[in-house]
Amino acid sequence: MIERSRFRFDGHLLLVWAAPLTITAIFVWIVGGVLLHGLDQLSWSYLVEAPRRAGRQGGIGPILVSTLLIVSVCLAVAIPLALGAALLLAEFVPRRSTGARIVRLSLDVLAGVPSIVFGLFGSAFFCSLLGLRFSILSGGLTLACMILPVLIRTIEQSLRGVPNAYRMGAAALGLTRTRAIVTVLLPVAAPGVLVGVLLGVGRAVAETAALIFTSGYVDRMPSSVLDSGRALSVHIFDLSLNVPGGDAAAYRASIVLLLLLMLINGGMLCIHSLLKRVMGISAQI
Amino acid sequence: MYTQLAETRHGHLGPNLEFPEPPCRPARIDGQARDLLWRVSDLGVHYGRKTVLSSVSIGLPKGKVTAIIGPSGCGKSTFLCCLNRLSDSMEGCCVEGRIMIGSQDIRSPSVDDIALRRRIGYIFQKPNPFPMSIRRNLELPLKAHGVRDAAEIGRRIESSLVAVGLWSEVKDRLNASALHLSGGQQQRLCIARALVLEPEALLMDEPCSALDPIATGVIEDLIHSLRQRLTIVMVTHNLNQAKRVGDEVALFWCRDGFGYLVETGPAQRVFEAPQDELTKLYISGRIC
Ligand SMILES: Nc1ncnc2c1ncn2[C@@H]1O[C@H](COP(=O)(O)OP(=O)(O)O)[C@@H](O)[C@H]1O
Ligand SMILES: [Mg+2]
Repeated sequence: MIERSRFRFDGHLLLVWAAPLTITAIFVWIVGGVLLHGLDQLSWSYLVEAPRRAGRQGGIGPILVSTLLIVSVCLAVAIPLALGAALLLAEFVPRRSTGARIVRLSLDVLAGVPSIVFGLFGSAFFCSLLGLRFSILSGGLTLACMILPVLIRTIEQSLRGVPNAYRMGAAALGLTRTRAIVTVLLPVAAPGVLVGVLLGVGRAVAETAALIFTSGYVDRMPSSVLDSGRALSVHIFDLSLNVPGGDAAAYRASIVLLLLLMLINGGMLCIHSLLKRVMGISAQI
Repeated sequence: MYTQLAETRHGHLGPNLEFPEPPCRPARIDGQARDLLWRVSDLGVHYGRKTVLSSVSIGLPKGKVTAIIGPSGCGKSTFLCCLNRLSDSMEGCCVEGRIMIGSQDIRSPSVDDIALRRRIGYIFQKPNPFPMSIRRNLELPLKAHGVRDAAEIGRRIESSLVAVGLWSEVKDRLNASALHLSGGQQQRLCIARALVLEPEALLMDEPCSALDPIATGVIEDLIHSLRQRLTIVMVTHNLNQAKRVGDEVALFWCRDGFGYLVETGPAQRVFEAPQDELTKLYISGRIC
């Protein structure tokens, strides 16, 4: 009986496997295509040299630096703000209060707003109104606005996921509210917070539309965050759209972007599992 | 580990167990005939519009184990929470009446609830060690109460782990996660975590109800070993446990959704010659 059922054709099983297989196939197709087109000229010098002939030749050194700066500005602004807002929502405001509901609803709406809209907002607000012009600072701040909703909501969720027994336990030991948050709740919520940050960084690194109008196109090495700087994704966009004969270079840059994203993901997952192991929580994501 | 704790009771682990008098003890505890730690009068507790306890008046003797018994939902845990103002941390909980420690009503705003909870520990029904290392679990309350000296911290960690009989079991893995311990060990760690603060009283809310019989026995022995230097108030579901560990017994009951105190007195008297009809029925097991 068991033997026979093992070989029986199962239509449901096929359906169940169809989705993951399709997703994997699409992933392999995209990554394979990019690797096929761009892997030949990838080298160390490509990563450090300045681009020549509008990026058709040379490297992406200044572009990597700009990308890193933009993402750093974005995280430096977004993480403290998101932590503060999430703590307020999760620990201090009654869950079902009208204020909290309105804030949550607006965050969920904001999380779904297309990035180009954030780009236009950033261009109007940071570049023009605050006079920051095309700069890495404008780009980073715009990205921070863009990832804040997702960041706040994931951090809030992970704080809410902390069992109440820990809050009561901390209170029973005579820890003040602040101390309980800093020494117990945040460490316990840290893996979830990390996943939130990971999602945010992923979005920030790969962002194009929000940056075109804020951090600009200039592919020189930036001298400060007030300089304009070209992000990697903007570079790829420019090469494939505006530069005739830039396709190969676009693929090459795409490989770097993919590697960068995988590196960030891998690194975060390592820290995540390390945190979980240190705290003795059974591994799950 | 069972035998080791039996030893504890006979005083073999004596020298490490010094719980000096906390400096901030109130002037004098003026009990009448008996030395009372808490004198509670006309205590009423509401959650929002729901009344959970009404007009509870009881004195809890110092240096004794008071066992609180009664059916589920009659407000035993709620009563316990009021004794160190943990009720402040429960949403919508409103307490009225007087809860005197010495000559001070602990409900008055001038009482420092942080200092109060340092003096009066609380053990929860379900063991709740923080998901961190064993050492960090014990360090955390110490640091929160201003103990900075590493040697002092080490000494207190060791003596509290010895007191709960956990030292020999975990001394080689203080940096391992507390969640890797068994349920009984976790509960003893929680007791140790309360003991590092060198409290003068311990409130225990059904500390054994999530544990197996052997772990329960270990905890009961532990309560025996702690009774000389600590006042213990313990909620229990288990009449036999109340008989085994309680010096005093208080029976709570629930009528029309209101919890109230039925009878209280020395355990022997209550179990052998109950004065209230309800107590008679309850301890003979005819109602529960
Ligand atoms: N946070 C709360 N909010 C509202 N009602 C509560 C809360 N905690 C307990 N209660 C109610 O108070 C009553 C007494 O609860 P509890 O003190 O836990 O009883 P016991 O410990 O004797 O089983 C129960 O009816 C319970 O439903
Ligand atoms: Mg209870």
